[in-house]
This record gives sequence, structure tokens and C-alpha cells, in this order.
Amino acid sequence: MSTPARKHRKQVHLAVQLPAIHNVTVWSDPRSRSQIAFESFAALARTAERGLFDFFFLAEGLRLREHKGELYEYDVAGRPENLTVLAALAAVTDRLGLAATVNATFNEPYDVARRIASLDHLSGGRAAWNVVTSFDAFTGENFRRGGFLAEADRYTRAAEFLDVTRRLWDSWADDDVRPDPARGHFVRADAGRFAHTGPHFDVSGRFTTPRPPQGHPVVIQAGESDAGREFAAADADVIFSKHNRLDVARAFYADVKRRLAAYGRTHDELKILPTATAVVADTDAEAAAYADEITRAQVGPETAIAHLEAVWGRDLSAYDPDGPLPDVDPDPDALVLRGHSIFRTGRAETARRWRALAEERDLSIRELVIEVHGGQNFVGSPRTVADALDHFVQTDGADGFILVPHLTPHGLDDFVDRVVPLLQEKGVFRTAYTGTTLRDHLGLGPAPTRRQEGAAS
Amino acid sequence: MTTTPLHLAVALDGAGWHPAAWRATGARPADLFTPGYWADLVAEAERGLLDLVTLEDFLGPQSAAFHRPDDRTDQVRGSLDAVLLAARLAPLTRHIGLVPTANVTHTEPFHLSLAVATLDFAATGRAGWRPQIASRAADAAHFGRRTTPQLTDEEARDPERIAARLRPLFDEAADVVEVVRRLWDSWEDDAEIRDAATGRFIDRDRIHHIDFEGPHFSVRGPSITPRPPQGQPVVASLAHASVPYEFAARASDVVFVTPRDLAGTAAVLAEVDAAAKTVGRDREDRPLLVLADLLVLLDDVPGEAARRLARLDELAGAPLASDAEIFAGTPDELADLLLDRHAAGLDGFRLRPAVLPHDLTAVTRGLVPALRRRSAFRGAYTASTLRGHLGLARPESRYARKR
Ligand SMILES: Cc1cc2nc3c(=O)[nH]c(=O)nc-3n(C[C@H](O)[C@H](O)[C@H](O)COP(=O)(O)O)c2cc1C
Repeated sequence: MSTPARKHRKQVHLAVQLPAIHNVTVWSDPRSRSQIAFESFAALARTAERGLFDFFFLAEGLRLREHKGELYEYDVAGRPENLTVLAALAAVTDRLGLAATVNATFNEPYDVARRIASLDHLSGGRAAWNVVTSFDAFTGENFRRGGFLAEADRYTRAAEFLDVTRRLWDSWADDDVRPDPARGHFVRADAGRFAHTGPHFDVSGRFTTPRPPQGHPVVIQAGESDAGREFAAADADVIFSKHNRLDVARAFYADVKRRLAAYGRTHDELKILPTATAVVADTDAEAAAYADEITRAQVGPETAIAHLEAVWGRDLSAYDPDGPLPDVDPDPDALVLRGHSIFRTGRAETARRWRALAEERDLSIRELVIEVHGGQNFVGSPRTVADALDHFVQTDGADGFILVPHLTPHGLDDFVDRVVPLLQEKGVFRTAYTGTTLRDHLGLGPAPTRRQEGAAS
Repeated sequence: MTTTPLHLAVALDGAGWHPAAWRATGARPADLFTPGYWADLVAEAERGLLDLVTLEDFLGPQSAAFHRPDDRTDQVRGSLDAVLLAARLAPLTRHIGLVPTANVTHTEPFHLSLAVATLDFAATGRAGWRPQIASRAADAAHFGRRTTPQLTDEEARDPERIAARLRPLFDEAADVVEVVRRLWDSWEDDAEIRDAATGRFIDRDRIHHIDFEGPHFSVRGPSITPRPPQGQPVVASLAHASVPYEFAARASDVVFVTPRDLAGTAAVLAEVDAAAKTVGRDREDRPLLVLADLLVLLDDVPGEAARRLARLDELAGAPLASDAEIFAGTPDELADLLLDRHAAGLDGFRLRPAVLPHDLTAVTRGLVPALRRRSAFRGAYTASTLRGHLGLARPESRYARKR
């Protein structure tokens, strides 16, 4: 593949997310197309596959966000059911991994195991599950059980959920379906038999779906807390992280990788992929100007005020977004933006930090929100961006990235056409798919051996 | 001859509806869990200009018994999620309706609504859904959240007794469909405004909480998925008795029924009419199409289909039993039978091929041309959505108003 001298370099893993909430998509751009039409999903997935990406990723939010008691109108709201749209994408792609965020609180293992196994069959081994744990009663209002789970239990449920799911995937052996028409034998007796009793689940019977092609579809985790990190170290194949500034990312990377040994796992068995944006233009200066334009479009005056209100817990609509921060203190008890975990806790502290930052740099409300919002992560000429991504990976900030384009669906085109070839030239990105499954792309090795029912686990 | 159009559906299930189908010539038992197998079948159905295909599903392995699992190893066991299978087929087809089955007893109405809406987006307006209650008590243990009635062998022989025992599940299912339908309507068609002047992507006045409250669950809404292309994807249900007829009259756009002959057809149609009256459905305003199920074996040579059935029965070790009428004959004979029943008032038929792909191909290449020769079936698709094929108008959102 590449020159031996480059062999020690870490390979970069790349995924793309079609953003479908918050304010990432610059929908006012005339090139921006539908956020919901299947053609948008198909176009972005095809581009990612042309770029030899590891996988296509979809986030999830099971309740439209509400702001000051009303639906929040500045969100790019309206998204599909993840597994269903990914199953359709399996028909228009051939190698690209297909990763769905699916909540472990408002679902049951039998159904999730079955649907992800089905996606894995329907895609020839390309399925992944991002296990998230939102538990809030606000989201619960859309479900039979309501907000039944205490926050402290979110990861015990998720861990048991995942354990049951993997048991179900293992409940059929790889060769349980061996149709022999002459003998009249279709299936092994007892295929799919399972039983599990635990604090969250008491389930038994027969699973319907033969073992997925990957054995165990890829498991992704996206939580920040100590419990979340332990869960990832014990059980996940990939972490979807928010840390895309190198210093913080390196600390996070080191922390999580260090936890692996306790679970008998090696450094390579868990890939850490932060969310990231990339803005590419002919020159660094042009890219910087374009990035600025994108960020200002993402954080319009109304979005800036709404963001501030979310932290302050107060109606701040009378304030000028281009003026200074309000003198009033946050109301720690009032939650004005519902359906978003980031501003749930620690708002007083956040407000103190924001005020200090604004004073120090003399920032208006909008400038401040742009500053903390983070702007664009990798900005520059194709060469600059390729070098920065590579540096980030080689210095252990990450194992790769989940890119979030600001235009749907063609926001990845430039990256694939101009940055991917440079990463390939450096010998840090594949020049062809070498495997057929997502486990192959991620270098996770073959599926773990099947755990048989009754065996110690 | 016929004045109303005849609708034709095919029910796809495993290797076909005969328990020994997977052992027949041409069967592909090793491919049942691969997308290519299903892609070939649905392409064939679309070549035949059929209205729709249905895809069966259960939240437990298949069983020879209606009401409990079995341990047989000589029949097809194992399945893929039907909604995802339908989605996988959507981009490969352009016209045919895709109607997966999905359980409503052990699943979340909210998730079901999103999934079928998403299928409708992927299929650009060709999605349907067959809500199904849990008829096997054993499946409840797969979820461990509730129990459902265990039917006795005695009860399981009689559709009216089954329905009477499972009535609470049908009532709950009607609530599930109501929630799903409200969620489909919860975004008005023009809710996404992309108003650059104000920075608003959506207009909150055109997106609605559904505030459903029932004895089994409450759902606040709105959906997180915009209104699907058909507005309301097609809901179809299978019914053999008065309780499920009433469920269909309350919840469905299409009902599949199982009369055994011409007299039975008239009786079933009368029962569906009565059910519609009982629940106060105005069928001018909300049409309810009635399609009869038939399990079919078709061969051009007279007598061959019956001989084939006998050979399959021998392999299976028992004569074929079905809730639907079994037809073994030539495509021309079937065409005549269907037209008789159509004249009696049925809107169409859902054919269950005994063996795949044999009996599907016999439908598309034998029966359909035979119907065409009788000027009784379309010669080209004239609509692009499933509602369109079925002659159902696209409804406005129930929340569109009022402004
Ligand atoms: C980068 C990132 C992406 C996430 N994406 C989702 C998502 O799409 N849907 C969701 O419900 N939660 C999402 N979460 C929330 C987490 O899965 C998790 O439930 C939450 O962070 C609480 O866990 P923690 O306390 O360990 O952080 C995301 C979190 C992170 C850090």
C-alpha cells in the first residue's frame, strides 16, 4: 500500500454525519437542500463512500426542543427514524458503514437487537449502534413508560441493555441456518434460545434473527461522564466525542485509553472519533473568511439570544445581540430550553465563565456565543487541513473524526475531492476499501467468539 | 366488464406460504436473509404492476401453531425486521407499494410512526403499514414488560374466540394507530418555512402537540419527522372475525379478509359493512378497501398445480392448512374466479404465493396477463404513490385549520 517508512503512522478513520438539529446546517445558503428527502441522505452517503469513509452517522433526539414553552423555531428540526433510513441507504451504497444513534432508555433490547441485526444482514455487515442514554421526563412524554429512569441508572440500564443485545446476537450460531432440502432440515433446534435476568431486564425465549454478518455490529458510545467513559472502556468499539480542541482531546484520549487495560482490552480496540467541522478553500485566507461567514450564519442574532437564554434561564429577548451581556444573574431553577442535555446542569458556573470571557475580550452577546460555540475546527487550504487532521491523530488527540458538513447534502464534496487525496498521499488513509464490513474498516478484527447461552459471562 | 378497478397485492413471506416451499424446485432457502433475494422478488412484483407487496413479521420465531411457539427444524425459521426490509427495497423500486407488518403490542407508537414515515420518504410516497397485535403469549417474555393472553388449542381453532380473548389488545392497537396517525399529521405540510429574514427554520404554529391520552399510554408529540409524502401512509390490517373487522373499520385504509367462496365473500363484505356502521365510519369520506386473501399455486398445465400441491404436502407430512382459501389451478382459472369475486364487491385480492419465486412469477406473468386480456387490470402504473394506486386521495393534516 504505502512506503514502509510510513508504516508506523496511525491510520485516520473518517465518518460523516448528516446534521439534523441544532444550528449546524446553513440552510439559508442557496445550495442547501432538503434535510429530510431521501435523496439528500443518498447523496451525502454516496459522497462519503466515494471518499472511502468508514461510516455514515446519524444522531437522534426523540422530542422536538422547546424554548420558553414553545417549539424552538431556530432548530433545523425534522429528522428520519435512523435505522429505517440507514436500511434504505444500504441499497445505494456498497461498503460504507451505517451508524444509528438509538436510545437505550426508550427502547427494549429484543427490538433493538433485532433491528440492528437486520440492518447488518441487509447491508452485508455494515451496521453500527450508537448507544445513548437520555432519560429525561420531557422526552419520556412521547413514550409508554414516560420518564421512568433515574439519571443515576442511565448507564446501568445501558450496560445491561447492551449485554442482553449481544446475547441475542449470539443466540444463533453462525451456521444455524443450513437448509438441506433433501433431509428436510432448515435450522438447528434451539436456535435463538436465550434467557436473562438482571436489575433492568427479565427476558427469555427465542430470538428471531440469525447471527448478524459482523457477529457483533459495531458499538459506539457518546457520553462524557465518568460512568460514560467506563461504559465505553468496557463495552464500546468507538467513542463519539465532542473534544475537538487538541489539548482537551489529548487528555480525554489518554484518560479513556488508560481505562481499557482494566477490561483486558488493548489500545486499538476502542477508536476515539471527535465530531469536527472542516472548511476548505484554495488558500488559508480564503478558508478563514469562509469559515467566518459560516459561523455567523450558524449563529444568527436570534440563535445567539436563545443560546444565552438557555444558560440564563430567563427571557432575554429585550437584549441587543450585538450589545453586552445582561447584568442580571441566571435563574438556576428555570429551564427555558427543554430537550437539550448540555444546559441542564452547571448553568451558574457556565454563566460566570461566559461573563468573564466576554469582559476580558470585550465581546457582544453574539460574538460570545460564536466564541463558545467553537466556530469551525479545521480551516484552511486542503494541505493545511490535511496536515492538521493528521497531526491531531498522530499526536493522540483522536483516531479520526466524525465530520459534520454545514451544507446538506453537498457539504462534504470539497473534503472528499481535495483533502482525502492528501491524506492518502501521506499514507494515513486507505486508497481502497480493503474489507467489506464496518469492523474491517475500523480495524476491529473479527467478531468476538460467540458466547453460548449457559456459558459463564 | 368491471367498473371499479381491481387491486392486486402479493404477500411475501420467507420461501412462500407452503411450509415445504423452501424445499421446492427453484426455491432459494439459503438466501432468505440476504437483500438480493427480496430485491428479486419485489422487482418481479413490480414488473407485474401490482399495487403493493406486504412483508410478514413476528416478534418471535415462526411457528406451525397460531398461538404458541414450536420446536420444528424442518420449516423456515428466522426473520428480518419487515420495516427495515421494506426500506432496503424502497430505493430499488419506483412504483410498487411496500407494506411491512409491525407489531403494536410490544413496541412504541412513537417509534412506529417515525419508522413508517421514514419508509414513506425513502419510497417517495409508497409506504404502508400492517399493524399487528401479539397473538402469542410467549412473545411477551421476549420483552419482559407485560403479559398477554395465552390462547388454548381449543380457542385457537375459532377466529371469533381468538378475537374475543384478544379484544383488549385490539382496543389498544386502535389507540396505537390513532397516535401514529396523529403524529403523521402533527407537522403540517408547510411547517418547514426556512425564513431567512427571521432565522426561523420551522413555524411552530404549524407543528402540533398531539396530546393523546388513553388507558394504555399517553403521547405528547409532536413527531420529530416531518409529514411524510403521502400525508397518511396506508394502514392495512388482516381480519377474520368481528373484533378485527371493527379494528379495521376504526383504523385501516385496507382490510385483508379470508372468505372461502363466493357465499363467504358476501358474508364477509356484510360484516365489514356492519363494522363500519358500528364505529360510525363514513366510507365515502374515508374509504375502506376490502381485499381477499388467497393462497395460490399456479401452473399453466391443467392439473399441474394440484399435483405440485400434493408433492409439497407429502414433503411437509401434512395437507396444507391455511386461514385463507387455497387455490391450485391455472392463471386463467384464477382470473375468472377473481373477477367473479370482484363483481361480488371485493376491491381486490392479496395473493399468498405458495412457493417463491414460482407462484409469484405465475401471478405476474400468468395471472396479470390473463386479467389484462379480460380488460380487468392496469397496463401501466398511472400513479406514483401507494395511495394513488389504491385511489385514495391525499388527506390534509387534521391540524391544518384553524389558523
Ligand atoms: C458528541 C456527543 C454526541 C451525542 N449525541 C447524542 C444523540 O445523538 N442523541 C442523544 O440522545 N444523546 C446524545 N448524546 C448524549 C449522550 O449519549 C449521553 O446520553 C449524555 O451525554 C449523558 O451521558 P454523560 O453524563 O455520560 O455525558 C451525545 C453526547 C455527546 C458527547
